[in-house]
Amino acid sequence: MLGRTANALFWMFRYLERAENTARLLDAGVRMALTRDLVTAEEEWRSVIATAGLRRNYEARHGSYTGMQAWNFMLREKENPQSVLAMFGQVRDNARQSRNAVSGELWEAINDSWIQIKDILAKPVPEQRVGEVVAMIRQAGTLAHGAIGGSMLRDQGYHFARAGTFIERADSTARILDIKYYLLLPSLSYVGSSLDTGQWDTVLRSVSGDRAYRWLNAGQIDAKGIVEFLVLDGRFPRSLAYCHSALRDQLASLARIHGHEGQSHALMRDADTRLADVTIDAVFEKGLHEFILEFISTNSAIAQAISEDYRFLA
Amino acid sequence: MTGTGEYFDEMHTADGGVRDAYAGYHQWFAEQGQKYLARKHRDAETQFRRTGITFNVYGENEAEERLIPFDMVPRIIDAGEWRRLTRGIEQRVSALNAFMHDLYHRQEIIRAGRVPERLFRNNAAWLPNMVGFTPPGGVYTHIVGIDLVRTGPDEFFVLEDNARTPSGVSYMLENRETMMAMFPELFMRVPVESVSNYPRRLAKSLAACAPQMTQGRPNVAVLTPGIYNSAYFEHAFLADQMGAELVEGSDLRVVGGRVQMRTTRGYEPVDVIYRRVDDEFLDPLTFNPDSVLGVPGIMDVYRAGGITIANAPGTGVADDKAIYSFMPEIVEFYTGEKPLLPNVETWRCADADSLKYVLDNLAELVVKEVHGSGGYGMLIGPTSTKAEIAEFRKKIEARPENYIAQPTLALSTCPIFTKSDLAPRHVDLRPFVLVSPDNIDITPGGLTRVALKKGSLVVNSSQGGGTKDTWVLKD
Repeated sequence: MLGRTANALFWMFRYLERAENTARLLDAGVRMALTRDLVTAEEEWRSVIATAGLRRNYEARHGSYTGMQAWNFMLREKENPQSVLAMFGQVRDNARQSRNAVSGELWEAINDSWIQIKDILAKPVPEQRVGEVVAMIRQAGTLAHGAIGGSMLRDQGYHFARAGTFIERADSTARILDIKYYLLLPSLSYVGSSLDTGQWDTVLRSVSGDRAYRWLNAGQIDAKGIVEFLVLDGRFPRSLAYCHSALRDQLASLARIHGHEGQSHALMRDADTRLADVTIDAVFEKGLHEFILEFISTNSAIAQAISEDYRFLA
Repeated sequence: MTGTGEYFDEMHTADGGVRDAYAGYHQWFAEQGQKYLARKHRDAETQFRRTGITFNVYGENEAEERLIPFDMVPRIIDAGEWRRLTRGIEQRVSALNAFMHDLYHRQEIIRAGRVPERLFRNNAAWLPNMVGFTPPGGVYTHIVGIDLVRTGPDEFFVLEDNARTPSGVSYMLENRETMMAMFPELFMRVPVESVSNYPRRLAKSLAACAPQMTQGRPNVAVLTPGIYNSAYFEHAFLADQMGAELVEGSDLRVVGGRVQMRTTRGYEPVDVIYRRVDDEFLDPLTFNPDSVLGVPGIMDVYRAGGITIANAPGTGVADDKAIYSFMPEIVEFYTGEKPLLPNVETWRCADADSLKYVLDNLAELVVKEVHGSGGYGMLIGPTSTKAEIAEFRKKIEARPENYIAQPTLALSTCPIFTKSDLAPRHVDLRPFVLVSPDNIDITPGGLTRVALKKGSLVVNSSQGGGTKDTWVLKD
């Protein structure tokens, strides 16, 4: 397989994951804003934009935070290169780049979704439709994941695509955790207050983990439990532990197909050792923020190493 | 609806009957409800958009992907007609190859005084780098599209030779796929020659032209300018169907005297490149130094026998319309036979007498630039205003050698499906021809382009043309 094609598959699924995660954030934001008064709703949108890493760009263009402005910015505003529309355009461009390495079903799933998303995001999204739009974006992700699972040869292309998914997902969960932690948990003594519970519920919704968490914890919501769930619970498909375990599988398959390991495998092994030995108490002792920063930097080092090991770029 | 007599209607006879080739189709058509057909018509468009069979158009704002309109009434050619056409096409294509070889070697045809030297000396597509060099297997034009038009029952003419990079074959294939998906019962009733093995034939034909340096099974790659190229869909489609890599210039480099592609395992040699990149962008060391689409040094590897480039650089000479005007002489010179497929009568404005005739009769003629393509830069006298004709006259007078003129042809028509009924529209036909060292292979069918606007004679997709599935009936 061409290095460029591997690169396109990898990024196609990174962008898809990013678009999906933006939709999840929005979903949680809309829900939160509905249950708040106007002042806290504004706070909530500020927090959503910040979690998406778009604060500077947003504030350069908008003086205030309203739901309509915030979600249109995140979904479709031209000046936002991270908008869902822009990212989905990247998904499709990368699919076109690697057209003869993706199955027909996957291509059609992506192309169909692109046609719909482009259409619905051609005009500003009003309140009545934001839920529908968010659902459509999430379904686009589901469709693509189903198509790749059900139709793509388990060859290197598949593993590059999946690696892209888990690199991006790990990055996204880590960032959400980090930013929420800073915004909402200035000190551990806040744990357990009612505002806190609502905010942490938003965190779980942002990663579509609210129901899973409740089910596992019988409705008990506390910061430590949620952090443990999002960092260490290998059963939850958006936790850091799960993402890295899945990424490890992809890298192992790539090593088997290519007959040797590279720098990415060495980095992956280091990361595994660190994550395997850690307990949630140790994480808080070290400081969640420091722990996450280290995780994010390892995660992007692995991504970089994959790109070099497999000659993504000339 | 009947043939009006003014134009040859391929489906209907002048007295309202149906020609033999269309009998099976017509019977089926008569049994279908208009509503059902209208729904199928819409389905077809959705199908094309979903599978992404689009071409890119660069407007003033953003690049836009468009569909080439598809008409679901097939264009049908009977087995006997097709046999006659293929003999003519084979003759013409083998003459083209012999001509290319001669032009880049001894130039016998010029010494014999059959074509003037200025023809290729003034030709931008002429490549001095190719002089004295014979491509692997002696093949210049691996893939050729011969554009045919029809004016009567037995009157077929060659309108254009596309020896550089003929495009559109993906439409031939996808149009058929779409037709078979929409109307499977139709194909059970009417026996139609299959086109679907074209990609396999292409792969085989290209592999047969691999250079001697090839080890094992030849590695074939399609070289594309990238996803923003107007024909990108076709490049990806063909690579996919052939099981070949789809490469861009940035994937390739010359390593150890071979052209190699960057794979996830390292660099691997490519033996045959089906390039969809123009000559001038092929090698920045030899041609346009600013090109990022090509491969630095590929021409040196080529000349050393390390790679096959299809089509060979420099074959664009044959697409020139001034060369076209000499094709009857060229066919006769290399095959020793009269051309089986005639040219359209052509006046070369470079000749003083012809120029005078052309300028005196602009309102009746079609005037084309010798290097032009795609329906751009041409004048269609009968449908142009006086002002347009006057303006074009100035262009011709300024550079007469840049133009040729032809009579406005009474192109045959084939019905298209409209809201109310079938309606005749003008069509042309581009069969696709594959050339390997010992074989000329013509896929039974081709791309039928149709002018969708009533009365229009311009079938180019860039000018509002559409396409049809083209059927060659089995004997």
